[in-house]
This record gives sequence, structure tokens and C-alpha cells, in this order.
Amino acid sequence: MLAANFLLLSAVIFCIGVFGVIARRNAVLVLMSIELILAAVMLNLVAFSAVLGTIDGQVFTLFVIGVAAAEVGVGLAMVLMVYRNRRSIALDELSEMKG
Amino acid sequence: MIAADALPTGFFLDYAWLIPLVPAIGFALIIGFGKKLPYRGSEIGIASMAISTVLAVGAVVQWMQRVNTADSGSGSAGGDGGALESVNGFARSVFPSATAGENGEPYVEPVIRTWTWWQNGGLEFGLGQHIDGLAVLMLSLVAFISLLVQIFSLDYVRGDRRYTHFFAALTLFSAGMLVMVLAENMVQIILGWEIMGLCSFMLIGHWWEDTANSKAALKAFFTVRVGDIGLLVGTAIIFFGANQWAIDNLDSHGFSVQAISAWALSGDAGTQVLLWGSVALFIACIGKSGQFPLHTWLPDAMAGPTPVSSLLHSSTMVVAGVFLVARLYPVFWEGLAFGPGGLNLIAIIGAITLVIAALLAFVQDDIKKVLAYSTVSQLGMMMLALGTGAWLPAVFHVFTHAFFKCCLFLCAGSVSHSGSHHSFDMKKDMGGLVKKMPWTAGAWIVATLALTGVFPFAGFFSKDEIIVNVGENGYTTLMWIAYLGAFLTAAYMTRATYLTFFGEPRGAAAGEHHDDVDAHTEEPHDEALVAAGHHLDAQGEPEPGVGHVAAARADDGHDGHGHDDHAHGPHESGKLILVPVVILAFLATVSGFTNAVPFGEDFEILKRYVEPRAAVVDLEDARLAIAGGPGEALQLIAPSAAAVDACGFAAPPDGAVCFFPAVNHAPFKWSKGFLALGIVGAGLLSAWLFCVAFYGRRDRRLVGLTDRFAPARWGYLFLWNKYYLDHLYERVIVRGVAYPIANAAYWVNQHVIDRMVDDSGRGTRQVGEFMYRNIDQRVVDGAVNASGTVASETGHVLQPVQSGKVNQYGALLFGAAAVAGIVLVLINV
Repeated sequence: MLAANFLLLSAVIFCIGVFGVIARRNAVLVLMSIELILAAVMLNLVAFSAVLGTIDGQVFTLFVIGVAAAEVGVGLAMVLMVYRNRRSIALDELSEMKG
Repeated sequence: MIAADALPTGFFLDYAWLIPLVPAIGFALIIGFGKKLPYRGSEIGIASMAISTVLAVGAVVQWMQRVNTADSGSGSAGGDGGALESVNGFARSVFPSATAGENGEPYVEPVIRTWTWWQNGGLEFGLGQHIDGLAVLMLSLVAFISLLVQIFSLDYVRGDRRYTHFFAALTLFSAGMLVMVLAENMVQIILGWEIMGLCSFMLIGHWWEDTANSKAALKAFFTVRVGDIGLLVGTAIIFFGANQWAIDNLDSHGFSVQAISAWALSGDAGTQVLLWGSVALFIACIGKSGQFPLHTWLPDAMAGPTPVSSLLHSSTMVVAGVFLVARLYPVFWEGLAFGPGGLNLIAIIGAITLVIAALLAFVQDDIKKVLAYSTVSQLGMMMLALGTGAWLPAVFHVFTHAFFKCCLFLCAGSVSHSGSHHSFDMKKDMGGLVKKMPWTAGAWIVATLALTGVFPFAGFFSKDEIIVNVGENGYTTLMWIAYLGAFLTAAYMTRATYLTFFGEPRGAAAGEHHDDVDAHTEEPHDEALVAAGHHLDAQGEPEPGVGHVAAARADDGHDGHGHDDHAHGPHESGKLILVPVVILAFLATVSGFTNAVPFGEDFEILKRYVEPRAAVVDLEDARLAIAGGPGEALQLIAPSAAAVDACGFAAPPDGAVCFFPAVNHAPFKWSKGFLALGIVGAGLLSAWLFCVAFYGRRDRRLVGLTDRFAPARWGYLFLWNKYYLDHLYERVIVRGVAYPIANAAYWVNQHVIDRMVDDSGRGTRQVGEFMYRNIDQRVVDGAVNASGTVASETGHVLQPVQSGKVNQYGALLFGAAAVAGIVLVLINV
């Protein structure tokens, strides 16, 4: 039942991440929550890799780490720009739509 | 093959179809390239006519050889089948060969060739040649006269704006006439007939800038068209009557001239079919040959250039009707019952035409109109002869008349060209020209003597033969009418001669110049009635004189050679004009000897070579048929049948046919000859004395007679208005028939057709409005609006989803993913 533990942990982390994305107003915290979601996914990959005895999942995980780093870089750059223009990084204030 | 046709044919007879083909090609060349050539196309026209003349003369010579061979009895000896076979390789000869007739005169088979022109519904329409004596006579005549007239035209129309087209039309006309003359079947006759009608129209209206000329052209065309209906109807009647008989007996068809002739004389033909067929065909001849009551177009046709009048409207085209009667003589013989004698349509029409046209010639001031009425009168004479059974004299008169009438017209052209400054008015612009134009005057006088019938000129023999034969065939009254016609002819020709060439020179002939049209407008004449208030020319009658001057003023090409020629007053014409005139005058003198009955058998050349032999030809006994088909020949050896009654008076026995009725030939009587000469002499003398007294000395007893004496005035006006026939046609027939029809058509147009159009328009509009209101506005627009509304409402409903809040998007994303995951789990479980 080793795998089940990893998966359970992964699900908990994923839920925390989703909660963060939905509930937080701070853009940086949303990005961090996304990182939590990604971490949950990576944990899944590594867990299955260990259970199945193949290395594929771990290789994927390395790629995901790289992509996540790049994504956070882009995201933070955007946040920085938004802050410069608006002096705020509250996501609910970013909307300019009328509806 | 068989040695059936032993009579010599030879090149010119076998290839006689080249005679019309050459001018037809010439026409195409003139139209195509004429304007670029050094002589602007005239050289092609003259060359093609010269070739045609040579070919036609060759055909004459070979035809005479053929007849001689048949007469000498060597006809059945076999022989040159080789030449024939080579011809039969692409043509068919379907009629009997030579045979010795019981009455001593062997039947001479015409040289017939046909080629299929087109097929329709089992009918074959052929083009071909039917060469016999009549055909070679007319071929050589037409080709030769055309050649002379074209040479004359070189100088006469020099500088004309449409010089090339003039020669093209003349050449096409000759081709049309030649096609008709050697026509093998009725369709081909119609073809040539209509080509001539077209060319006549084009040439009369050659100077169409002048309204009068184009009106005259239209009048000629429409008047002849009235008769042409008769040609179509008659051809159809004869075809349906003769076709089955021709197929059964001759392996031919109901269009073939030869088959029609045999059918008409066979006794199997229905009387009514023959009667109505011949009447319909004669109506065509009335139109074309200017017979009463459709003669009115011919004098107006003088609006055309003089060579045209000379060629078409005197010597060749107008004898097409006479030719048609002569060609289909068996049909008319049986249909109108010439054989038994008695009055018939052709004789009566001919006699009426002969007299009324001659009377009209007395009141014409235009020299060409005198000649035109003279032509009408002479054509009446020919018809009279044909209608009374005098076939050969009629054809003989066609032959001689062509020469002297062509000569007279060319003389008139020469006078107008060089003597009267393009005027044709004898009273205003001529007189005394005999000194200035001796050659023209000499030729004119010779031709006049020939026309009036003075011994030994040509007209004496032909006219006398007609008169004698008419009397001999039992038509005494008509014979005296013909004598009257001869008297009138002598008188009006004397008047024209006196006014043109003798007396005091007047107007242009005296060297005066009148450059304005006024000089030519109608003014009261001394013998005309000033007070009559007359519509002398009420119908806008074309006056060639006016046309000429108007054309000249409009800088028309005809007068393009300027007035320099005329600065010296009247003078003799150039050689190009005089040579044809003199040749024709010579022929007018000698052509009578081709059938000079008074001098015995040796001089009866036309009788021997031209008249078809009335022999009974047996078909069944020795009929040898070779399978038909393209290029195959069908030949019949036809020895004569046993002696029977003459053709045309009794039906030939079974299995035999006749191709020509046995016409009677009257012996010459010096008593009648002297009577005719006496009458002509009286006409000449009395008219001369009258002219000298009236025009020369201005005798008080004669001048102004029409003013003082009412019957003379009425008679004069009656003639001046041409028996009111033009009034009848234009006022009564055209207005009485055409105008009501036009009005009725207008009413129908306004009240029926327009109403239908209006109603349909209104209906369409109502339907359109209904469609607009209901379909367009409600259904189509409703659908469009509804879809728009639906889209808008849906957008409003979905608007909150697109909030711009990232958290909400994330919630939706994950919510949807969760739902999808739950669904996935549920499905898999």
C-alpha cells in the first residue's frame, strides 16, 4: 500500500493547491498554489515510477520541474509588470470587464 | 457500260454548268478583292463574262453537232460512250436517249446532269443542267449581252462611288440568270429567279442616296415578290401532282423539268392540278416579266443606272417569265388548254399588256421610260405568242428583242452620258443630236427599225412570225391586236427618235447648263393640262433625271469625272461606249436571219436546233437500268413508239412519253408580210408627220388640243396617270387593305397585348407586395431577428461566466475537471 500513501499525500497537496488558486487574491500566492498542484502531479509521477519500476515517470518529473520553473519565471514577470502599472497585485482588481 | 447515249456530247455540253459557275466565282472575287485591283474589280467581271460567253458559244456549236448527228440517223450506232462514262462518274443522266421519231424528226435528248444539293425528308433537291436548244440559245444570249453591257459600263459608271459593287452585282445577276436558264429542276429555277430579284433590287437602288431611287427599288422588289408567291405555290402544286408519276415512270422526281413536261403531256395529270399549277406559275411570270397588271414596277426600275436598265430590265431578266413559260411549255399547254385553241389567260394578259404599255409610251418624256414601256409591250407580245401556241416565234422574239432593246438602252445611255448632261428628259434636254452624235444616232435608228419591224431588220422576222402564227392558230382578234401593237410601236418609237435626235436642240443638248434641280422638276408641259391641278407625280414617282442631278450635286461618284467633259456641250461618246452599241446594232440587223421563214427551210435555224422535237419516246421496251446510287448512271434506250396522234393533242400510249407538244408552224405569207410592213410604215409616217407638225412647227391645230378638247384631255390624263394603276395599288389596295390591317393590329396591340402586359405587371406587383409583407417581412426577417435575439439572450445568460476574475476561472476549471473525473469514475465503475 505504499503507492496509496503517496497518492493520498499527492491528493492532499493538490487540493491545497486548488484551494489556493481559487481562494487567494494575491497573484504571487496563486502562482505558489499552482506550484503546489504541479508538485502533487510530480509526486504522482514519481510514485508510479517507483511502483512500476520504470524510470519514465522520473524523467517526466525532471521535465515538469524545468517547465514549472520557466512558468513561474514568466508568471512572476507578469506579476511584476502588473504591480508596476497598478501598484497592486490583487487578482480581483485586475478585471476590467463590466459583467 | 452500254452504248445508250450515242449522240455526241462533248466538253462544252457536259460542262455547261461552268457557264454560271464562272460569273458566280467572279462575283465572290470582286466582292473579296475587287477594290484592291487596278481596275477596281471590273476586269474580273468582264473576264468572267467573256469566259462564260466562250463556253456558251462552244455549247451552241456542240449542241448543233448533236442535233445534226441525230438528224443524220447515225444516232443509234453506238460510239463515244467513253466520254460519257467519265462524266457519268459523278453525274447522272436519267432521261431517254436519242430515238428516231415516226414523223421523221428524231428526239434529241437534252444533256441532263444532276448533283444532289441537299436532302430533306426523303426529298432530294438537285442542282444540275438541262441543256437543250432553248438553254444554249439563252445561255449564249445572256452571257454575250452581259459582256457587252459590262464593257459599256466601264466608261458609263466610271468614277462611281460604288463602282466595284456595281460590277459585282452585274456579275452576280448574270450568274443568277444563267443558273436559271440551265436549270434542271424547279428548285434551281427558283434559286436563279430569286438571285435575279435580289440583284435587280440592288442595282435599281444603286444610287440609293436619292430617296426616289430606293423607293423605286423597293417598289420593284415588292411588286415582283407578289408574283414570286405564285412561283412557290405553282412549284408546290406541280410537285405534288407530278412526283409519284415521275418516280413510277421516269425514276425521277416532281421537281425535274423534264419529268414535269412528260407528266403534263402524259394524260395522267389531273386537270385541276395542271390548271392551278400553271395559273400560279404564270402569276410569277406576270410579276417578273412586267405583264399587266403588275407591270408598274418596270418603268420605275429605270431609276437604276442605264446599263442596268439595258441588261436587266429590257433584254434578259424580264424575259425570265417568258423563259419560264417556254421552259415548262407542256404544263401551260395542258393546264391552259392551248392545244384545242380558244382564249386563255396567257394570251389575254399578253394582248392587254401589248396594247396598254404601247399607249403609255406616248406620254413619257423620259427616254428610258419610253423604252421601258416598249419593253413591257414587247414582253406582252411574247406572252401573246406563247399563249396562242406560237412557241418558236416567241423564243425567236426573245432572241432578237434582246439585241435591239439592249442597243436602244445603251444608245439612251450614250445620249445621256455625252449629249444631254445626264438628263433623260427628251423634251427638255435633247433634240437635234443626230449631228453631234452620228454613231449613236445611227445605231439608235437601226435598232428602232428592228424594233418596229421594218424589213430586213431582225424585228420584222420575229414579230411577223408571231403575228402570222397567232392568226394561223385561229386567234383572229388577237392577231389584229398584235397589228395594232406593231402600229403603236412604230409611232411611239418615231416620236422618241424625233424628240431625241431631230428638231431643234433644247436644254443640255443645246449646250446649256442647268446646275440646279429646278430644271428637272416637273413643270406643266404644253400638251399637259395646266389647270388640271394634277397630281402628275403625286406618288413621288422616281424621276431618273432628278436623281441624276441630285446625285451629281451631292458629289456622288457617278459624276465624279467632273463637268469638264460637258463644257463643250453635246459630243459623241467614247469608244468603250460606242463599240458595244455598234455590235448590238449590227446584230439587231442580222439576227433576224437566224429564223427567216420567208427564205425557206435553210434559214430556219432556230426551228431546227432550238425547238424541242415533239416525238413520242418509248420507255418500257428497252429500258435498261443500272442500280442507282451516287455516281451510278441510269440510262434508257428509247426507240420510238408506234405512230400515235401528235404530242399535246392526245395522250401517248402506255410506256411512252412526250416531252414537248407538237406546236403548229404557220407558213409565211407575203400578203401578211406586206400588210405588216404597210401598217408599220403607216405608223412611222403618221407619227413622223405628227411630230414634225407638233414639236417642229408647233402647229396651232395640234398644240393645246388637250386644253380645248375634253375627251383628249381625259385620255391624256388617263394615260399620264398610267391608268391610275399606281393609285389603285397605293390608295386602294395599300390603304384599303393594309391600313385597316395596320389599324386592327394597332388596336390589338393597344387593347389586347398591352393589356395583357399591363395586367401581368399589375399581378406581379400584387404578388410582390404580398410576398414583401408576409414572406419577406415575417418569415425571413423573423427568422433572422429571432436568431439574433436568441444569440443576444444567450450572451446575456452566459455573461457572468466571463467575469475576468482568475480565481473564478480556476474554480470553473477545476470544478469542470472534478465533474469530468467523477463522470469518468462513474462510467468505469
